[in-house]
Amino acid sequence: MQAFLNQLPVGLSIAAVLLLIALGLTFTFGQMGVINMAHGEFIMAGAYTAYLLQAVVGTAAVPVALPVAFLVAGAMGWLLERLAIRRFYGRPLDTLLLTWGVSLVLQQLARDLFGAPNVQVVAPGWLSGGLPLFGTQIPYARLFILALAVGCVLAIWAYLARSSQGRRMQAVMQNRRLAAIGGINTGRVDQLTFFIGSGLAGIAGVALTLIGPVGPALGTYYIVDAFLVVVCGGLGRLGGAVLAAFGLGLLSSYAEFWTNASLAKVIVFAVIIAFLQIRPQGLFVLRSRALT
Amino acid sequence: MTVTLKTVPERPVRRPAAPARLAAAACSGPGLFAVVALLLLVVAPLGLEPFRLNLLAKYLCYAIVALGIGLAWGRGGMLTLGQGVFFGIGGYSMGMYLKLNDAGGDLPDFMVWSGVEELPALWAPFRSPVFALAAAVVLPVAIATVLGLLVFRRRVRGAYFAILTQALAAALVILLVGQQGLTGGTNGLTNFYELFGLDLAADATQRVLYFAVAITLGLLFLLAWQLASSRFGRLLVAVRDAEDRVRFLGYDPAVVKTITFAVAAGMAGIAGALFVPVVGIISPALLGVVPSLELVVAVAVGGRYALGGAVLGAVLMNWAKTAFSEEFAGGWLYLQGALFILVMTLVPGGVAGLLAAARDALARLRRRARAGWAAREAKEAA
Amino acid sequence: MSGNGTGRAAEPLLEIRDLSVVFDGFRALDGVDLTVAKGELRFLIGPNGAGKTTLVDVITGLTRPASGSVRFAGTELVGRREHEIVRLGVGRTFQTSVVFEELTVVENLDLAASFRRPLWSLIRRRKGVSDAVARALEVTGLTDLADKAAGTLSHGQRQWLEIGMLIAQEPRLLLLDEPVAGMSKEERARTGELLTRIAAEHTVIVIEHDMDFLRRHASVVTVLHEGKVLMEGSVDQVRNDPKVREVYLGRAAQPVPGEVG
Repeated sequence: MQAFLNQLPVGLSIAAVLLLIALGLTFTFGQMGVINMAHGEFIMAGAYTAYLLQAVVGTAAVPVALPVAFLVAGAMGWLLERLAIRRFYGRPLDTLLLTWGVSLVLQQLARDLFGAPNVQVVAPGWLSGGLPLFGTQIPYARLFILALAVGCVLAIWAYLARSSQGRRMQAVMQNRRLAAIGGINTGRVDQLTFFIGSGLAGIAGVALTLIGPVGPALGTYYIVDAFLVVVCGGLGRLGGAVLAAFGLGLLSSYAEFWTNASLAKVIVFAVIIAFLQIRPQGLFVLRSRALT
Repeated sequence: MTVTLKTVPERPVRRPAAPARLAAAACSGPGLFAVVALLLLVVAPLGLEPFRLNLLAKYLCYAIVALGIGLAWGRGGMLTLGQGVFFGIGGYSMGMYLKLNDAGGDLPDFMVWSGVEELPALWAPFRSPVFALAAAVVLPVAIATVLGLLVFRRRVRGAYFAILTQALAAALVILLVGQQGLTGGTNGLTNFYELFGLDLAADATQRVLYFAVAITLGLLFLLAWQLASSRFGRLLVAVRDAEDRVRFLGYDPAVVKTITFAVAAGMAGIAGALFVPVVGIISPALLGVVPSLELVVAVAVGGRYALGGAVLGAVLMNWAKTAFSEEFAGGWLYLQGALFILVMTLVPGGVAGLLAAARDALARLRRRARAGWAAREAKEAA
Repeated sequence: MSGNGTGRAAEPLLEIRDLSVVFDGFRALDGVDLTVAKGELRFLIGPNGAGKTTLVDVITGLTRPASGSVRFAGTELVGRREHEIVRLGVGRTFQTSVVFEELTVVENLDLAASFRRPLWSLIRRRKGVSDAVARALEVTGLTDLADKAAGTLSHGQRQWLEIGMLIAQEPRLLLLDEPVAGMSKEERARTGELLTRIAAEHTVIVIEHDMDFLRRHASVVTVLHEGKVLMEGSVDQVRNDPKVREVYLGRAAQPVPGEVG
């Protein structure tokens, strides 16, 4: 029981980071059919943003970096969409390979700019220590990440449900052509979706600096799992992404804990294949009658 | 066509035809195959020093994997990002046999270093070379079949399939790294000395291995070619372009896809088994997400729609990688990334697509010239 | 209201009983009964959203019904997968024809005709043209286009190719979903001839909006409306039925479209 409780904050914070990463992916995938392998490098960009800001604002780097990283990663995503991905709509597999090329270049760029060795971002003092609970201690840093993810999900939810921009985004996601006929500038909506989705990856990158060191390959450790979250959650579904992220995050952290770390991924993979037998299109599906 | 040729005076039209016809024959399927076979089996072994020949053998191993990717992705539309898994299984099967063979009756060296005292049960059957070679093919085929049936029957496809295969590659790497005593961990299996009584360090052995790899590639290419040009190949293209329609022709697309995926996996397994004695190592770094993707990239650059393009791409990209990494290590990543972005944006058909387009353009030009000539002749005659 | 009332006392090939389909709360089909006898040519009409295509989708396994049964030659089709239903002898075309564009006409037909071959025999190359394929080429009049890529065909030719693929499969029941939609007058006439030839040897169900076409070729017509069978009868019976006029035209005062042509 004690062990179970000790592991809980670890699993929850991993899930929270996965969720932040997967949110952007699920919307770009669901809305534009784009599989962005360079999404992982937006995480890395967010983390390095915090590292760079550290030189200016010291230990306040993490909170200051959150909005900045959102903008930096968002701008990178926007640029990628404008320069390349735009030409590839309707060819998801090609975008996957194209963006992988971009991802390689960005990683090497980071290696040349910041050096190959990992760097550290020092967390603010108020995030050290932890909250005592049931005889264990929940680190504040992990709680902060969890709160960050909850905040982002609420913001996205409000954006989708309440703002006119968000409703346009949903319209495009459900039926692009109809939305276009209805007078929505789908190109603009796509740009905004890409910006927001990539920005969230930047925030995830800042969050990751609280868990571990920052390196050029940071994104590659999370991108595969984040894609699995998208697959299990169903395309473009906020609720699906939340459930799948927490399901997968907790499953993998407990699988690592109870078996050994090397088997955990295989177990998670088997569970996902089994899950897809029941729900081949993920938890939540946008239904359509068309024979595609 | 022959009729028009006869009415046209032979002299001006036929003169360039002989070499052109030879070139055209060489560009046709069987002709090209013969030319490449000649290059690989005669010219390369005679012209290359042992070190380069060994490198070429390595590239040809990758070409075998690429051939499978070309079949599964180019023809079947299944983007498999996890061929490294099957390559790795083939490689480790062979590696385990070589390790046990080198160790005689003792434990393999790395097990001693990791404090393993008894040979793990998993290793025991790999004392037999027959078992090891069979496992290198059968295990990948079996895994691909099970995975394929589970996934394709539930109509998980496209990007979902790509993501799942990638996740499998990631999972296998972590598994291999974690099981130090069983797999040699990050270092993998290396330091092999002998294969079937032959000294692996000897040039002669490597030459034999080169021929084995080249001939295997040739045979597998013929197999892939037969598959692609048969009814099954047509069915595969149909599944790629309109899977749901194929159901209403009375076929189960899941079966078609699974068979193809399994064939591709088997090819990767064979390639892995050949790779190990040629290169002398198999390790997680050779079969993870990145190497698997690199091969897909190579296929795309070579031309995914042509089986020959896949082979060409694998050889070209790996040759370029060696050449550039020798000069400037970091530059290769930029170059590979940039090359790939360019190919995907500008020539999705890859090198083979470019060649085909050039050939078509040439044929068009020649036809037009001939038509023009015929018209002028007709006018002069009148 | 069963097929027996139509004069042909042949054995039923297709028996649909109390079939209902629900899409997110919307009842697309609501307790449909339909019997089609062997050798029959049956037309299925009804205004947009009446459930015609949904009915064909259920028969061919594309859509799962909420309740009811579809028996084909004594075999229950509900719950079977699409390709299994085809293997039992039920073939269909689609409103927007889907042919394999990269393959030639003859390759398309050959694929359709080869589905009963054992899978391992498919790894041999196609040599020549089988009888079923040759017949399909001849019936559809596509012989001259045999070696053209299907992607280069016109809309009408694609529809014929699809029908040809259906014939090549030698099914016991053919379901044609709006075969003349979007066709020119000449193409429609040719499709009509094609249909007459096919119907002479097969059991066929045709969904068709085109009243002119209907008047020329229909023997028995089933009218669907809001997911239910409104009536069943000969073309004249249907045309003169006030209920049909009501739902089909909105107002009974307007002329029946068949008269407009």
